[in-house]
Amino acid sequence: MIRLMNEPTFDLNQGPATTMAANPQTSAAANVRDVTAMVASRKLYSAGFITDIEADKVAPGLSEDVIRLISAKKEEPEWLLNFRLKAYRRWLTMTEPEWAHVDYQKVDYQSISYYSQPKSMKDGPQTLADVDPKLLETYRKLGIPLREQEMLAGVQNVAVDVVFDSVSVGTTFKKKLLEAGVIFCPLSEAVKSHPELVQKYLGSVVPFADNFFAALNTAVFTEGSFVYIPKGVRCPMELSTYFRINERNTGQFERTLIIAAEGSHVSYLEGCTAPQRDENQLHAAVVELVALDDAEIKYSTVQNWYPGDENGKGGIYNFVTKRGDCRGARSKISWTQVETGSAITWKYPSCILRGDDSVGEFYSVALTNHRQQADTGTKMIHIGKRTKSTIVSKGIAAGRGQQSYRGLVRVLESAEGARNYTQCDSLLIGDQCGAHTFPYTEVRNPTATLEHEATTSKIADDQLFYCRARGIGEEEAVSMIVNGFCKDVFKELPMEFAVEAQKLLAVSLEGAVG
Amino acid sequence: MLEINNLHARVEEKEILKGLNLSIKPGEVHAIMGPNGSGKSTLSNVIAGREGYEVTEGSVLFDGKNLLDLEPEIRACEGIFLGFQYPVEIPGVSNMTLLKAAINARRKHQGETEIAPNDFLAWVRDRAKLVKIDPKMLSRGVNEGFSGGEKKRNEILQMLVLQPRLMILDETDSGLDIDALKIVADGINALRGPTRATVLVTHYQRLLDYVQPDYVHVLARGRIVKSGGPELAKELEEKGYGWLEAA
Repeated sequence: MIRLMNEPTFDLNQGPATTMAANPQTSAAANVRDVTAMVASRKLYSAGFITDIEADKVAPGLSEDVIRLISAKKEEPEWLLNFRLKAYRRWLTMTEPEWAHVDYQKVDYQSISYYSQPKSMKDGPQTLADVDPKLLETYRKLGIPLREQEMLAGVQNVAVDVVFDSVSVGTTFKKKLLEAGVIFCPLSEAVKSHPELVQKYLGSVVPFADNFFAALNTAVFTEGSFVYIPKGVRCPMELSTYFRINERNTGQFERTLIIAAEGSHVSYLEGCTAPQRDENQLHAAVVELVALDDAEIKYSTVQNWYPGDENGKGGIYNFVTKRGDCRGARSKISWTQVETGSAITWKYPSCILRGDDSVGEFYSVALTNHRQQADTGTKMIHIGKRTKSTIVSKGIAAGRGQQSYRGLVRVLESAEGARNYTQCDSLLIGDQCGAHTFPYTEVRNPTATLEHEATTSKIADDQLFYCRARGIGEEEAVSMIVNGFCKDVFKELPMEFAVEAQKLLAVSLEGAVG
Repeated sequence: MLEINNLHARVEEKEILKGLNLSIKPGEVHAIMGPNGSGKSTLSNVIAGREGYEVTEGSVLFDGKNLLDLEPEIRACEGIFLGFQYPVEIPGVSNMTLLKAAINARRKHQGETEIAPNDFLAWVRDRAKLVKIDPKMLSRGVNEGFSGGEKKRNEILQMLVLQPRLMILDETDSGLDIDALKIVADGINALRGPTRATVLVTHYQRLLDYVQPDYVHVLARGRIVKSGGPELAKELEEKGYGWLEAA
């Protein structure tokens, strides 16, 4: 028997399903912390506020009943429920991967609530005007002014689908996109409006039993975005989703599915933040991209989940499976990621280069400061002829941060004339951090060409002094040098994202020197 | 402007400066010459505030302020400029980015607002012309792939852009061909004026043919052993340093 918190029945329309969010400033841990040390150390995580909003939330724990409940709440068709259950049953037989170069306390999967929905959203807002003003305030703090965005539609040209915990609260520009034939909506909505597309592609890139976290996601995913770009259409604006984990003790399991039909083109931006909390929170997302003949998908992420405090308390576990399938000939999938947040990152956005002459790219900046740990990289699987992949990875470790690049380049027998270029640079700040590189290559076709370059360097005292002798303070100098180091990746980001990424690096590096 | 009294400094336990005295007034150009290992670069680095140079005795006052108490960036904002003997490369950070950050740091220090982008651009471009630096080079990484001569000209460009009051040029002339030397000298002379002072740290007389110093000092064994006018440099060129070191 499943129980909603503070509620005796499944009936969502009755009873005050209230969970009060606590203010972190008044928590015991924050009180005992030495105030001067706090000031001296890194600035407070600027996205670390909590929205005080009533939420419907399933009691912690995972079982087939919980999955049935989630599926029922979302009014899902039978096939989707079965898909979830199949994944759940397989997940029960799987063990959490331990090969990554990260060290953390294992997650207690029975202590997580797998569904959280802001209460006032129960019936779903029809327009932005119906959206709870507190939610909008949250987005405003995050720097995504939905209202302004809509008003400035012609200027900003960015459509935003916002995921607040498990329910997508507002999708802007839907109409304008529809005119172009583009479908951009919450995945749960797509299940209802375009079931044939969802059924055809969901799980076709990341199979339900792909890995431990992907299986978990498949069983319990609650929200995410769905994008379909029809044949020959160049998406008229950049699409963007901001994810945010708000409710305490909830994991976020979003699922994103992007399909670019023949000759189409889309650029998708994903930004992530989460409030500051003492306990760890789990984020196990799955992103699937499908590019058909001559299609191009550019997927950019700026990830700023709460990294935990300087002693490693709290922070997000970011265990994410992202994979793109260049299914068609001459298709192209490009991943660009800037990872500055999370306590633990386990993430390998990959490309399956199936179509002949298809192209895969991975540009990454990952920064770990304090006690953060990141094991991230990519997989490029060359199947089609003359497939080409580029990997540029920039890892920055500061404080006691641990940074690992893990990348696989696999060239199958069929991949005549495949080419890969890998460049993998690490930058160390201070002497208590670590950078590690784990490149794997498997080549089964002798005509393949692979290049691999790797460097590890420290910010030289010479460089720092040079900047300081010009009047530039130490922190600004470090951030400037690090930004220079990351330039090759930042230039791949859309303009406004690149600016945000640079600022983020500067904030994340505060307290890294001196 | 700059008063150095009985300065003792060491690098890794080794005493390099052993009681150096030097007084510089606004409007003056001083040349500090001396053999290798005499402490010329140590003096430059101590004034600019580089880590690893420990002052054990003496004082350095700049406009009456104790310079040794200030962080290097504050010294720069107060108007001290060190032209490096070996300018470093900072990959990916464009010259413009560095210059803008430097200008704004100084403006902030003086309580002014940030420079307007157009003003900044025009200001830098005009100065780049003086030292014959192609505007295209400005968008390249700081000294990234620059030749030795380009790096030195870039130092002079930074100096022209920042308009410091006290310029210390550490062997800026070394490794330059005659054309580059003239450009560098023109840059230095362009900033000469009643409110500014220059310290030329150099091995050779050559630069002094183009930048006429008011005073020439000979640094040997960690202190100034002889001071004079421009004629001293000529004498050194003829006789070398041997006769002074022995003294």
